[in-house]
Amino acid sequence: MIVASNLTKRYPGGLQALHDVSFEISAGEMVCVTGHSGAGKTTLIKLVSTIEPPTAGSLLVNGQNLAALRRSALPFVRRNFGLIFQDQKLLFDRSALENVLLPLEIVGLPYREAVRRAQAALDKVGLLERAKANPVALSGGEQQRLAIARAVVNRPAVLVADEPTGNLDTESAEQIFAIFESFHQVGVTVVIATHDLGCIRRFEPRVLRLDHGRLL
Amino acid sequence: MNSWLAQHQAACGRAVRRLLAAPLNTLLSLLVIGIALTIPAFGYLVLDSLRQLGHGAAGAQQVSVFMQLDASRKEVAEIEARLQAVAPARWRFVPRDEALARLKGNEGMVEIVASLPRNPLPDAFVVEPPSLAPDAAPEALEVLKKEISGWPKVEHVQLDSAWVRRFDAFIRIGRLALGMLAAVFAAGLIAVTFNTIRLQVLGHAAEIEVARMIGATDTFISRPFHYFGALQGAAGGLLAALLVALGLALLAGPVGELAALYGAQFALRTLGLAEVAALVGCGGLLGWLGGQLSVRLSLRQFD
Repeated sequence: MIVASNLTKRYPGGLQALHDVSFEISAGEMVCVTGHSGAGKTTLIKLVSTIEPPTAGSLLVNGQNLAALRRSALPFVRRNFGLIFQDQKLLFDRSALENVLLPLEIVGLPYREAVRRAQAALDKVGLLERAKANPVALSGGEQQRLAIARAVVNRPAVLVADEPTGNLDTESAEQIFAIFESFHQVGVTVVIATHDLGCIRRFEPRVLRLDHGRLL
Repeated sequence: MNSWLAQHQAACGRAVRRLLAAPLNTLLSLLVIGIALTIPAFGYLVLDSLRQLGHGAAGAQQVSVFMQLDASRKEVAEIEARLQAVAPARWRFVPRDEALARLKGNEGMVEIVASLPRNPLPDAFVVEPPSLAPDAAPEALEVLKKEISGWPKVEHVQLDSAWVRRFDAFIRIGRLALGMLAAVFAAGLIAVTFNTIRLQVLGHAAEIEVARMIGATDTFISRPFHYFGALQGAAGGLLAALLVALGLALLAGPVGELAALYGAQFALRTLGLAEVAALVGCGGLLGWLGGQLSVRLSLRQFD
């Protein structure tokens, strides 16, 4: 599914975020990326989900070498991923339902079908009653679940999350992980960057440990 | 195909919502665009009306031939014969006494004429050359004028259509100036749209960023902005048509009065449906163009 070889990322200014990282994630796997703060978890997630290009090394998604892709083809690769950002990136100028509708509008699903699927996704994360609420009115845990609904509504092959439980209490964090687990069980590949060791212990995923930009 | 249509419909809907979301901004932009289109459109109509007026008058092309004061009856008869040869039955003799009598007929001239020691007016002919095509007329008349000027005892030949040609030249310059003015205003319209769309893009930065990360193509992201520009321009065009119609309605009275003072029938023409459509189309096209440029440049910052 995802094959990373010698991935290196250097940001302008000289910061070396990732150093020669190679790994493979097969379809249907659940993988946690852990490490101290600044170890390169977020960078790895961004590279894997094709939001940022690596400085060196190659990344294959479904056998496609991303470096060889034209820029105009990138959006179509990105549609394979359901992304959950550290800061959620919800849009506060629209309702929860409309937030979830966005990925479906992007692929051009007819409106009625889109609404049906968005409602199903909201139901799955337990937010169907809050569909009309503005994300501002939602709690931290609810916002995170809304972000998940938006990530999964398009039935992506890979779910990628960056610190999805960062600011949540244990109970909300467990809920979130339970949702990830349920997607994992139906065959979705799940990649989570986290330092929530409790959850790692509970779900026993495969773990990629980063330390100062290197894979341990 | 269905999905394509649905996407365009959605983008158009989004553009309309964005236009309505900031009514004051939209109104101001519309005013700017409307005024930018009104001025050339109005100028075009006025020039076109004047051009038609000129053409109406050009039908009556005349050459006035004035004899020398001391021309004898016999010499006049000689000219008569020659005129009969070049323009059979298309000429009229105006004896000097008749001309004086006519002058007396004009109000206020009676005393002046009475105070003259003798008749200062010469014998004259008014020639109306037969069926000249309106466009060929000036040259043909010029030839005729030269010919007649060379005849004996002819003092002066006057081309009464000369003013029509001057008028035509004036209209041509007017058109050229109007064209340049229109080009400047069109550039202004593109600039206005460029700026509003740039602000729109900045205002939707969060949405664009997210949409890009979850797989939106540039086409998808740009589409509502293109519609925004086109709709705003088209609405501006419609506003311009309204402003022109309003201006014409306000001018119709005074122009009619002025024309009546000159004893003429003249009215500014109104906008036809095709011209309204052209205004709306022009506005839409220019707006779309401005939007296109703006989005392309503004989206670069998200790379």
